[in-house]
Amino acid sequence: MGFEIPIEKNSGKIAEVTIGATSEQGGTRSNTITIGGSTALPFLFFEGEHPNRPALAMEVFDKVPAKYPEALLDYYRDVIDKPADMAKKCVEQYGAELISVRLDETHPEKGDRSADEAADVVRQVLDSVKVPLIITGHSHYEKINVVMKKVCEVTAGENCLINYVETDNYKTIAAACMAYNHSIVAQSPIDVNMAKQLNILLSDMNFPSEKIVIDPLTGALGYGLEYTYSIMERIRNDGLAGDSMLAFPMIINPGYESSRVKEVRVTEEEYPDWGDMELRSAYWETATAMSLLSAGSELIVMYHPKAMETVKKHVDELYSAESGN
Amino acid sequence: MALSGLEIFKLLPKTNCKECGVPTCMAFAMKLAQKKADLGECPHASEEARAALGAASKPPIRLVKIGVGARALEVGNETVMFRHEKTFFHQTGLAIRLNASEDEETLVSKIREIENYTVDRVGEQLKADLLFLSQDEAGKDAFLKLIGFAKEHSTKGVILDSRDRESLTAGLEILKADRPAVFLSGDVSDGDFELAKNRSVSLIITGESFESLESRVEKAKKAGIEDLILNLKAPDLGRQFQNNTILRRSALKKNYEPFGYPLLTMVEAENGPDRMAKASVGLCKYASIIVLPRYDKALLYTLFALRQNIFTDPQKPIQVEPKLYSIGDPTPESPVFLTTNFSLTFFLVSGEIENSGTSAHLVVCDCEGQSVLTAWAAGKFTGETIAKFIREIKLEEQVKTRRLIIPGFVSQISGDLEEKLPGWEILVGCQEAADIPSFVKSVSIA
Ligand code: B12
Ligand code: SF4
Repeated sequence: MGFEIPIEKNSGKIAEVTIGATSEQGGTRSNTITIGGSTALPFLFFEGEHPNRPALAMEVFDKVPAKYPEALLDYYRDVIDKPADMAKKCVEQYGAELISVRLDETHPEKGDRSADEAADVVRQVLDSVKVPLIITGHSHYEKINVVMKKVCEVTAGENCLINYVETDNYKTIAAACMAYNHSIVAQSPIDVNMAKQLNILLSDMNFPSEKIVIDPLTGALGYGLEYTYSIMERIRNDGLAGDSMLAFPMIINPGYESSRVKEVRVTEEEYPDWGDMELRSAYWETATAMSLLSAGSELIVMYHPKAMETVKKHVDELYSAESGN
Repeated sequence: MALSGLEIFKLLPKTNCKECGVPTCMAFAMKLAQKKADLGECPHASEEARAALGAASKPPIRLVKIGVGARALEVGNETVMFRHEKTFFHQTGLAIRLNASEDEETLVSKIREIENYTVDRVGEQLKADLLFLSQDEAGKDAFLKLIGFAKEHSTKGVILDSRDRESLTAGLEILKADRPAVFLSGDVSDGDFELAKNRSVSLIITGESFESLESRVEKAKKAGIEDLILNLKAPDLGRQFQNNTILRRSALKKNYEPFGYPLLTMVEAENGPDRMAKASVGLCKYASIIVLPRYDKALLYTLFALRQNIFTDPQKPIQVEPKLYSIGDPTPESPVFLTTNFSLTFFLVSGEIENSGTSAHLVVCDCEGQSVLTAWAAGKFTGETIAKFIREIKLEEQVKTRRLIIPGFVSQISGDLEEKLPGWEILVGCQEAADIPSFVKSVSIA
């Protein structure tokens, strides 16, 4: 009989982005992480190359997040207010391949911590772990520009992933990344054209294309996930079809987004139909991550250790498939 | 292969008699080409046209039903690879496995619990769809007992799994009016097809490779069985992902008939999070039925949310009618809350006001189904548009209260709104709906 695997070849290739720098490369990391490089839709090994596995990061904070869910606190109670120790725990116990340092405390309405203090937190984390770093900011433009400039400077040569710039605020941070040799996250709110526009703006500044990661903006499961999911599939399809301004790896934040929803924080006593809270909190983040992995993300920032372990195991499984049965 | 509109047009009578409900034969041909019409709607189509269109006019993935009545599950009939191309039509059916080897009491209580388990999310009643009844290591009697319990205590569709034809025949006799499906875990033979013949039974055909799956499907079709569901075994999630993509693509893009059926995925894993990971990927990537190895409320609830997300129509956000809603039994003095008409937002907010135990009025603005911040960012939730809406619904004639509680995420509009709504005081509420109960307790709201 005539069954043949229907193969769809693509003309495009997703850019390969490397994060981190070893001592030979001018940094202090023990290894670097490379993502991207695919020439086919996610995990379709029968019609293209996927030279790099999606990478899994975990996040630490300059300030204990308000309303951090109890189900997570159980894992982190001893370290949640010590970013360097928490980073160590994430890497050594939970298998984080990168660490994201979230600098919310620098937001003028949240603590207004200075750029120098933020840089100090980043330094501590750099000293305590040897994996590449993601530095995650917020959307207060004036303040984050000052903070990121300083952070870029004190981490010069480390090739951190500076997270993030937006269409209305990219120049200062992008220039700092170029000056000190860091990579960048280009964030746009769930919109193909805006994602493309921002990448064009960056390339007009001569920002190197092998240093851009797209953040399509994560909606948590049940809170906008369907929009993120489809925008990612569209971005990836267009990128593979040859639109080089969309052919970048994508970062998603299932940990941060899931940690904010009610479903990870109410008990089974309060909501009997929702089932066990411990399990549910791991499930919610796992489902958010696995669905967006299917849609094309290659850098995933997780919070829940159980979800982290699960997603990692299944990335391995998805990745072991080198032929179509 | 699919025919183009023009190719189909050449086969039609070209009389433009309109009996098909479309003004011209050409217009009808275009609809046929898009699979939005059926050739049967043209009473004048020739035998030749029917023959030529026969294959091309069939949906590329067959619609298959399990169960009867309101609880029947319909799967298949999908037309796209990506939900953004149009939409996914028939949401994944979730089946829960029960093994005949378990003791009777446990089985009955599980069946009852699964039957009664429904949960509300965004105004939808969600529940598991099917029971997957497995003979497992047990004998015929235990298997038939399990089927009997399901018949007695459940209204859900049933899939029977047994390697013993005698047990299956007897089981199908019990379920003869219930349109069950039979899961065949290995090679198939005429005896299997006899089971399905003359009964409304669909067959789930298993394959270890594309080739074995195809040859078994061909055998079933030769025997005249059309209601099939495909289960292509995969050693790991990666292979599963690729297999399902290949099967779906073959059906949709190549019109490859042997694979033009809905797909079933067995989730087999030791622990809950692993099941969650596998089921999530299955649901996103083309499983029409997912069989879960056990009943777990947290897992079902999470999967329900994912299923709602993946299967909503991407062209139109689910929205509620913009108007003034009553929560509980409000009087004209009761507090007035404001939100947008995105379904998710509306149900979260109205649910939490209810949880707070307060009766209240809820003004649901027309924001074209967008969330609070999205609507604000798009200029659809501003002092001006809100004030206009409040005048339209004549709020001032319906309530005596003159204090409006707005979502915390749009505190920035409060000044503007106060200006546009003379006589009203604007109270900025909490950010998350989940905090409404404590917010209500901590401030005087009316
Ligand atoms: C999904 C989504 C979309 C979807 C739309 C979904 C929809 N139907 O609304 C799409 C992709 C279409 C979209 C588009 C845009 N989006 Co949008 N989107 C999101 C996303 C990811 C989730 C929104 C969501 O569904 N939330 C869930 C609902 C339930 O939340 P909610 O309505 O706010 O309700 C909660 C609370 O407000 C509270 N609440 C609600 N009502 C009330 C009432 C009272 C009295 C109280 C006390 C509480 C309360 O209860 C709820 C639960 O806690 C968010 C980012 C995020 N992760 O949250 C961005 C976000 C809202 N989008 C944003 C933007 C900028 C846009 C665009 C303008 C981008 C663009 N230029 O194209 C467009 C605007 C649309 C247009 N141009 O027509 C920004 C808004 C920025 C800002 N702070 O103003 C956000 C925050 C992303 C970001 N960080 O940049 N978006
Ligand atoms: S019913 Fe048939 S013949 Fe009449 S207009 Fe329609 S397609 Fe043409």
